[in-house]
Amino acid sequence: MIRLTGAYRDYTMGTQTVHALNGVDLEVAQGEYLAITGPSGSGKSTLLHIIGLLDRLSQGGYELDGQDVTHLTDDKLARVRRETIGFVFQFFHLVPRLSAAANVELPLTLAGMVVAERRERVSAALESFSLADRADHRPDQLSGGQRQRVAIARAMVTKPAILLADEPTGNLDRNAGSEVVHILEELNRDGLTLLMVTHDPELSARARRQIRVIDGAIAKDHRGGPR
Amino acid sequence: MRGADILGYTGSSIVGYHARSLLLLFAMAIGVASVILLTTLGEGARRYVTGEFSALGTHLLIVLPGRSETTGGSPPLFGETPRDLSLDDALSLKRIRQIRRIVPIAVGSAPVSWQSRERESMVLGTTANFLAVRHLRMAQGRFLPNMDPHRSAPVCVLGPRVRKELFGSQSALGQWLRIGDRRFRVIGTLGSEGRSIGVDLQDVVVIPVASAQTLFNSPSLFRILAEARTAADIPAAKAAISRAIRDRHEGEDDVTVITQDAVIATFDRIFNALTFTVGGIAAISLAVAGILIMNVMLVAVSQRTAEIGLLKALGATEYRILLLFLTEAGLLSLAGAAIGLGLGTGAAWVVGQIYPALPMTPPSWAVFAAVGTALSVGLVFGVLPARRAAALDPVAALARR
Ligand SMILES: Nc1ncnc2c1ncn2[C@@H]1O[C@H](COP(=O)(O)OP(=O)(O)O)[C@@H](O)[C@H]1O
Ligand SMILES: [Mg+2]
Repeated sequence: MIRLTGAYRDYTMGTQTVHALNGVDLEVAQGEYLAITGPSGSGKSTLLHIIGLLDRLSQGGYELDGQDVTHLTDDKLARVRRETIGFVFQFFHLVPRLSAAANVELPLTLAGMVVAERRERVSAALESFSLADRADHRPDQLSGGQRQRVAIARAMVTKPAILLADEPTGNLDRNAGSEVVHILEELNRDGLTLLMVTHDPELSARARRQIRVIDGAIAKDHRGGPR
Repeated sequence: MRGADILGYTGSSIVGYHARSLLLLFAMAIGVASVILLTTLGEGARRYVTGEFSALGTHLLIVLPGRSETTGGSPPLFGETPRDLSLDDALSLKRIRQIRRIVPIAVGSAPVSWQSRERESMVLGTTANFLAVRHLRMAQGRFLPNMDPHRSAPVCVLGPRVRKELFGSQSALGQWLRIGDRRFRVIGTLGSEGRSIGVDLQDVVVIPVASAQTLFNSPSLFRILAEARTAADIPAAKAAISRAIRDRHEGEDDVTVITQDAVIATFDRIFNALTFTVGGIAAISLAVAGILIMNVMLVAVSQRTAEIGLLKALGATEYRILLLFLTEAGLLSLAGAAIGLGLGTGAAWVVGQIYPALPMTPPSWAVFAAVGTALSVGLVFGVLPARRAAALDPVAALARR
C-alpha cells in the first residue's frame, strides 16, 4: 500500500544540508500496525509528513496504492489526502472557535459533501468515540483525552485507509494516552493501516511492527509484536 | 466545498476574531459613509441651486444693463458708461418672433405703511406678464391688470410676508396703503412659493412698472425678463435681443443677455465637479481602509498558521485556502460597506432634516461606486494575505502550535 524507495528529504540551512530523510526504503502493507520510534530530530515526523503527502521528497520515489504520487499537483495531492489519509497530531490541532461537532465535520465540509450526509456521519463518528454528549463543546471546554478523541473522530470521519498519528499521546497523561492508543488499535483491527510515532517504548511494543529511525534512516525494522 | 459552507466557515472566523473584524468593519463603514454623505451633500447642493434657477421660469432669458466681462470683447475705449435699459428697450423686444413674453422689471426700496404700521420694503415695478413668466400663484385677489406699460396705476400686490406684517390677520384686499409719498390700493397678495435666488418675493410689493419709475424718479430698468417660445428658440432669441438693443443703443453692445439654461448648465458643471472631487477625497479613506484590511489580514494569516496547515492536512487545496481568505476579506468589506451605507444615508437624512431645502437623497451612482470601491478595495488588498495563506508550507504551519 505504501512504498518509499530511496527517499530523501533535504533541508538547506545556509550552506549546510540536513538530510531529514536519508535514503529510506519502506513498504507498508494494508492493515499493518506500525510504531515508529527514534531520537528527537531523527526524522520521524518528516517521514509521516512525506507519507501523508504534506511534504514532498527531494529525491526518491513514493507509491501509494499502486499509484506514483511523487510528482502530483497540489490539487491531486489534496484530493488523495482528503480521501485516503487521516492525521492525528500531538497538539490536536482543533480549530478553537469551532465546536467538537464542527471540527469533526470540517473535512467533510472541505470535501463538499451534502449537509444531511455530513450530519449523519458526524454524529456517528462522535458516537463511536463516546463524544456524543460533547458535540457542542468547544475545544477549550474539553479535556486532553477528549480533544484527541475529537481529532481522531475528525481523521476517521472521511473513512481513510491510512491513519498517521504523530505522538498522539505525547500531550496526554497515562490514562488518557492508553485510552487513545486502545481506540487506534481498535480501528486497526477493523482494517485501518496505522502508523504511529511514539517515544513510549511500552506503546511501541504493542505494535506488530516496529521501526526505529536514526539520522533520517531506518536503523531497525522489527516484525512480530505481542500478538 | 459548498458556497454556503465557505460563508459559514469565514463567518465563524469573522465572529471568532471579533475585535479584528469590528476594526475592519469600522474602517470600511467610515469610508463608505463619508463617500455617501459628501456626494449627497454635493448632489443636494447642485439640485438645490439648479432647482432654484429652474424655478425662475421656463426658457428664460435675462437682459442686464452693462456688458459682462465674461463675454469677452474689447473694453470700451472711450470709457463711456453703459446706457441704462429703458422701458422702450423692453417693449421693442416684443417684436422678436422667438419671444413669447417680455417682462420689464424696475426695483427699488421704499417705506411702505398702513395705518400706524410701517416697514421698509423692496418695491418691484413690472407688468401683468410677470405672474405667468415667473410661474407665480396668487393667494388672494388679482395680479396687476393688463394695461399699457407706460401708464401708472395706484394698485399694488403684496408678498405674503409684507401682507402679514402690515395687516396681520386682517384682510388686505381693497385697503389703501402708502408707498413712499404715494397711495396704492391692494388688489392681491402673492402665494408663498415665490422664493428664489435673486429677489425674495416674500418681501416685495409689486406695482406697475411706470408707477415704480415715477416713485423712484428713474427711467431705468433693473432687468428685462424674456420668455422664449421653445427651448430651441433660445439661441436665436438671445441673438435677436442683442441685435435689437444694439440698434437702439447706437451700435453699442452695452447689455448682457444670459440664458437660464446656460446658468443652470454652468452650475450643474460646477457642482458635479465639486461632488466628484469631495467623493474622490472621501474614497481615499476607502483606500486607507483597504491597507488596514491588508495588514489585519496578514496578521490573521500568521495568527492562524496552524489552522491553515490543518486545513491543508484535511485535504484543502491551495485554491480553497485562497478563496476562504478572499471571501473573508470580501465579506468584511461588504458588511462594512453596508454599515457605511446605513450610516451615510442616516447622516444625510439628519442633514436633510436640519436643512429641509436641500434635497438629500444619496445619488445612486455614488451608492454603487462606494460599495463597489469598498468591495474591490477589500478584495484587492485581501489578495496578498490570501496568497500568503495559500502558499504556507503545511508542515511548517503545523509545527507551530
Ligand atoms: N522546516 C525545516 N527546516 C529545516 N530543518 C528541518 C525542518 N523540519 C525539520 N527539519 C530537520 O529535519 C530533521 C528531522 O526533523 P523531524 O522529522 O521533525 O524529527 P522528529 O520528528 O524525529 O523529532 C531535524 O534535524 C530537523 O531539524
Ligand atoms: Mg516529531
